[in-house]
Amino acid sequence: MTVLDVKNLRTVFKTRQGEIHAVNSVSFDLKPGELLGVVGESGSGKSVTMMSLIGLVPSPPAIVDGGYVNFDGQDLLRTDQDRLRGVRGAKIGFIFQDPMTSLNPVFSIGFQLSEPLRNHMGMNKTAARKRAAELLDLVGIPDAARRLSDFPHQFSGGMRQRVMIAMALACDPKVLIADEPTTALDVTIQAQILELVKELRNKLGMAIIWITHDLGVIAGIADRVMVMYGGQVVEQAPVRELFENPQHPYTRALLQTIPSVRGTRTDKLRVIEGQPPILYAEPSACSFRDRCTHAFERCGIENPLRKTLTSGHDVACFWDPATGEARHD
Amino acid sequence: MFNYTIRRLFLAIPTLFFISLIIFLLLDLAPSDPTANLPLTIPPEVREKIRQSLGLGEPIHIRYLLWCKQFFINEPLNIMEQWFGWDIAGDRLRVLSWQTRSPVVDLIVQRTPQTLWVVGMSYVVGVLIALPIGIISAYRQYSWFDQVGTFISMIGFSVPTFFTGVLMIVVFSVWLGWFPSIYDTTHQVTDWASFWQQIRQMVMPVAVLALFNAAQISRFMRASMLDNLNQDYVRTARAKGLGERTVVLVHVLRNSLIPVVTVIALGVPQVFGGAIITEQVFKVNGLGQLLIISIQGGDLPTVQTLTFIFAFLIVLFNLIADVLYGVLDPRIRYD
Ligand SMILES: Nc1ncnc2c1ncn2[C@@H]1O[C@H](COP(=O)(O)OP(=O)(O)OP(=O)(O)O)[C@@H](O)[C@H]1O
Ligand SMILES: [Mg+2]
Repeated sequence: MTVLDVKNLRTVFKTRQGEIHAVNSVSFDLKPGELLGVVGESGSGKSVTMMSLIGLVPSPPAIVDGGYVNFDGQDLLRTDQDRLRGVRGAKIGFIFQDPMTSLNPVFSIGFQLSEPLRNHMGMNKTAARKRAAELLDLVGIPDAARRLSDFPHQFSGGMRQRVMIAMALACDPKVLIADEPTTALDVTIQAQILELVKELRNKLGMAIIWITHDLGVIAGIADRVMVMYGGQVVEQAPVRELFENPQHPYTRALLQTIPSVRGTRTDKLRVIEGQPPILYAEPSACSFRDRCTHAFERCGIENPLRKTLTSGHDVACFWDPATGEARHD
Repeated sequence: MFNYTIRRLFLAIPTLFFISLIIFLLLDLAPSDPTANLPLTIPPEVREKIRQSLGLGEPIHIRYLLWCKQFFINEPLNIMEQWFGWDIAGDRLRVLSWQTRSPVVDLIVQRTPQTLWVVGMSYVVGVLIALPIGIISAYRQYSWFDQVGTFISMIGFSVPTFFTGVLMIVVFSVWLGWFPSIYDTTHQVTDWASFWQQIRQMVMPVAVLALFNAAQISRFMRASMLDNLNQDYVRTARAKGLGERTVVLVHVLRNSLIPVVTVIALGVPQVFGGAIITEQVFKVNGLGQLLIISIQGGDLPTVQTLTFIFAFLIVLFNLIADVLYGVLDPRIRYD
């Protein structure tokens, strides 16, 4: 039983400099009420993947194709624009990274919050406004009814992100996609937003996809984690399993970059050497091999496929950390 | 906002007095002689007498104060008398044109309708064409529509109106004979036929000026739309499931219009003064032509008064642009 099932999703940007294969054959699913964390370096294709699902990547230059995106009994890659619009903002809510620029500066908060309600639920102005006040209240903005006529610049960054959350939740979506919603906020506000989302999930029961750079955040809220690199999913596991038994060298390196407060302080901050690749062609070899300390011959001639190890844990790598040698197929 | 407007209005008073003084001094410095156009047979003593009778013998500060009194006190009183039918006793001296000996304000009142009809209409037409072109060009950036628009506005931008004007006369009046080459100001609209005639004589001057105005404003609109189309809030609007129409024509346009409206407001004073060349080409005897004739004839009171009125309009529309900015953009607060 899944709410969202994505199979072999691919997104290519046709630019003047050539093609950029930003998303390469990404597959994953999402169960009702589950919180899926997505991690990976900048440029690994996290945002493009999620925006491709509901037709939010600019096209042109982007071309989205692939297997299917199964949601609510329809394939989102093959529905017409009108039906897709009916899904966006109604059944799938989206929160973006930068709350300072994600709200329209010249319309009141009340107007912007009412839009999805009037658009998808057919509410009239008064009803939408009433519901908008309830939503603001739900995300913890004090004096909600009065603040509806305020403009975005009259809110702080954390409050604007609360407004964004309220907007994404307006029509009771089944899935909420949060694309680094706390990256632009300071740490205390970050914690508040995290708490809010956890609480709302318990209250409303939607499934959440949470994109982040921060493995610490993932450890705190996710049920399952998906690690992305070079536009591909390189490892996927339940959150405890991933932290205790990471398989992919990239995941292992990521985990080592988390500075520990309790551990020994002798180490410098660890970094992963090298740059993430820009994919001008579909990968024909492992895209991590240039930065990988365990790479061997096969990694340069063949792109590893995802292989299930235990139930719910899969990895795309030829190297086996248990033996320190090549994995047996 | 209200207080701000009132304060700006009060500040405008000394500014305008200062501007009028500068104009006066500059015109006085200019080597122009109101008797230069008179027949050569007039002897120098008579010329000198004429100059004296125009008041040129007085010292400059007296002449300036006299103009101020005539323009700021006598003329408004005169207008009030006419409007309300009052009779405030006294024979007041009005600002008189040296060339025609008639009051300058009356000349301006005579000429304003032509200018408003032709130049004002061209501004309205220009804006109405420019906005949709700018919007579509930006939304379909690099499409053939955008490329053609860019090309045409580059022409409108860079080819001067005295060239496009003459070109249109040659093509549409001389070769094709569709439109009259001269704008007949005495033409009266009384029925459909004469209305049609009025339209025909307006087409070419309006088209020339509208092309020029539309070129600038459409570029501006396009740039402003492009700025906004890539903003994050546009993605948010799409993520809400709004239709493309709403996204572009409500969310993006509302933001893009803020700077464009300001530019349009700032351009309005040009309607009154800026069409000098086009009015010459099509022989429209509007305000621009009045200014040119006055400059050529050394008619200082007319030049002074016209220039000051342009300056006044510029100050006024600057204020209007600022207030509009505050009205349209909630982030701007004047207090
Ligand atoms: N409009 C675009 N045109 C061309 N290439 C693009 C465009 N948008 C994204 N890309 C490319 O797609 C790749 C993936 O980008 P994406 O934004 O998904 O990364 P990300 O994982 O979300 O990174 P971050 O953590 O910085 O948000 C990048 O290499 C980027 O260069
Ligand atoms: Mg991103």
